[in-house]
Amino acid sequence: MSALQKVMGWVDDRFPLTATYKAHLSEYYAPKNFNFWYFFGSLALLLLVLQIVTGIFLTMNYKPDAELAFASVEYIMRDVEWGWLIRYMHSTGASLFFVVVYLHMFRGLMYGSYRKPRELIWIFGVLIYLALMAEAFLGYLLPWGQMSFWGAQVIVNLFAAVPFIGEDLSIWIRGDFVISDATLNRFFAFHVIALPLVLLGLVVVHLVALHEVGSNNPDGIEIKKHKDPVTHIPLDGIPFHPYYTVKDIVGVIVFLMVFSAIMFFGPEMGGYFLEAANFIPADPLKTPEHIAPLWYFTPFYAILRAVPPMFGSQFPGVVAMGLSIVFLFFLPWLDRSKVKSIRYRGPIYKTMLALFIVSFIGLGYLGLLPSTPVATIFAQVFSVIYFLFFLLMPWYTSIEKTKPEPERVTG
Amino acid sequence: MSQEADGQKVDTRKRKFLIAATSAVGGVAAAGVAIPLVMSMMPSARARAAGAPVEVDISKIESGAILTVEWQGKPVWIVNRSPEMLELLGKHDDKLGDPQSEQPQQPAYCKNPTRSIKKEYLVAVGICTHLGCSPTFRKDIGAADLGGADWPGGFFCPCHGSKFDLAARVYKNVPAPINLKIPPHQYLSDAKLLIGVDAKGA
Repeated sequence: MSALQKVMGWVDDRFPLTATYKAHLSEYYAPKNFNFWYFFGSLALLLLVLQIVTGIFLTMNYKPDAELAFASVEYIMRDVEWGWLIRYMHSTGASLFFVVVYLHMFRGLMYGSYRKPRELIWIFGVLIYLALMAEAFLGYLLPWGQMSFWGAQVIVNLFAAVPFIGEDLSIWIRGDFVISDATLNRFFAFHVIALPLVLLGLVVVHLVALHEVGSNNPDGIEIKKHKDPVTHIPLDGIPFHPYYTVKDIVGVIVFLMVFSAIMFFGPEMGGYFLEAANFIPADPLKTPEHIAPLWYFTPFYAILRAVPPMFGSQFPGVVAMGLSIVFLFFLPWLDRSKVKSIRYRGPIYKTMLALFIVSFIGLGYLGLLPSTPVATIFAQVFSVIYFLFFLLMPWYTSIEKTKPEPERVTG
Repeated sequence: MSQEADGQKVDTRKRKFLIAATSAVGGVAAAGVAIPLVMSMMPSARARAAGAPVEVDISKIESGAILTVEWQGKPVWIVNRSPEMLELLGKHDDKLGDPQSEQPQQPAYCKNPTRSIKKEYLVAVGICTHLGCSPTFRKDIGAADLGGADWPGGFFCPCHGSKFDLAARVYKNVPAPINLKIPPHQYLSDAKLLIGVDAKGA
């Protein structure tokens, strides 16, 4: 027995190191037919690590104080050694986190990865998405620029629209009657410690649930139905390590090329990743000419704006925006199709999914624009399609004729 | 119900009761600890005290001009309405959401057609009643982007397109549901305005 084996044996008697490694990597059998769309889960994990690491280093020089915050970010950008790179990694990482997560969720929609027995994986995933949105929103206040301030003002006021308790609720969130130093300080606390802990916990349960039931695949069939009679290993499964770790490294390299290109050549991405108005310090007396949330929130912002006030209250718009996320949780039970993957579905589902994606992107685009009557009508049409995708799903997925699923994965 | 264990009788009813009682007491304790944490997020004594009244010299505001001052961290507008502005004020009631100021968005002494104490001076909190942006002062009568010839001057919220007239009354069919707030205020003299306190000291 080598020295290494002895050490490992000593550890394994006290902590399930080898067992954990086997269960989650070397003997976690994933379907052999993963395609391009399966890069984004591991990329999301990479970004989580990147955001946490760069975030730790940013907190070393950032000051969560309304008097000092804006200047401390400029200090990081100009005076701190490599500070500009760390901050651009963090800001580029935030936007690309959403790119990756949206593609990851779209993969789930295409291949029915939310369907039985993976309902909880999906629900944990939607919770991660919610936590991520909260994390991004809280973080955006920290530079204390004009967009930080007025963006937070608008979003916190959404809570004030809740009947009866709204006003007190928004005061409780702000810790003041307006967005102020108290708000900045608590958003910092939530951004750097509370939500990262929640996110890490959710990622763990997301992965534990995934490894319990096993990964879905582009055919939407269960590889555990056909196991080797002797080894009980799924015939269409391959160990995650080394096969998918190596595959994912290719994805990471390509992704980091894109990431670096953005970070070095266009960290502001023409105002989409870092908005121009945020280079002006927060001024509580003057709203910028045009305010728009960052691109990853605009679909929901457009839904909010599409709903007119009713009974002297903007609460219906807030409810519509909330429901647009809530429906995601019910997806596993709304889908009644006999098959999971889009490969074996009929034209109705494909059309509905295409309309849904067009609406989502359309809403995202409209949410960036100033509000005009024509834009509002488009946003209303897209919002209706967005909701019909969910509301009609039990109907159109159950009537549709599907193609037969193969017994084994098709590569 | 009871069952045998190691020859001893286990009273499962009692056991369930004890589990429930322990959980309940523990839950109450957890809720008790949560109270100070939750309450610590309310405005602090310092934040509550910061709402002191603000005194403003209004003698320097030219006719038709606006002055923005800060009160309780919010922008407060003081507009010296010109005779032309005042004349136009009563001519578009049909386009307004609440022309008579029925909603309690002003002190009783400002529930009048101009929503003011002195009819020239509009004093209003410059925070949109939709989602809290600060609308822009658009006194350009007949502005093409705000309804052309019909625009009598007023405020336009760049965030979501809400419109208000020069008495801070909301237009119909805009996102903002109600008129802008008129803060409590009083005139200490012709030139001195005090924002934040009613004349009766309330």
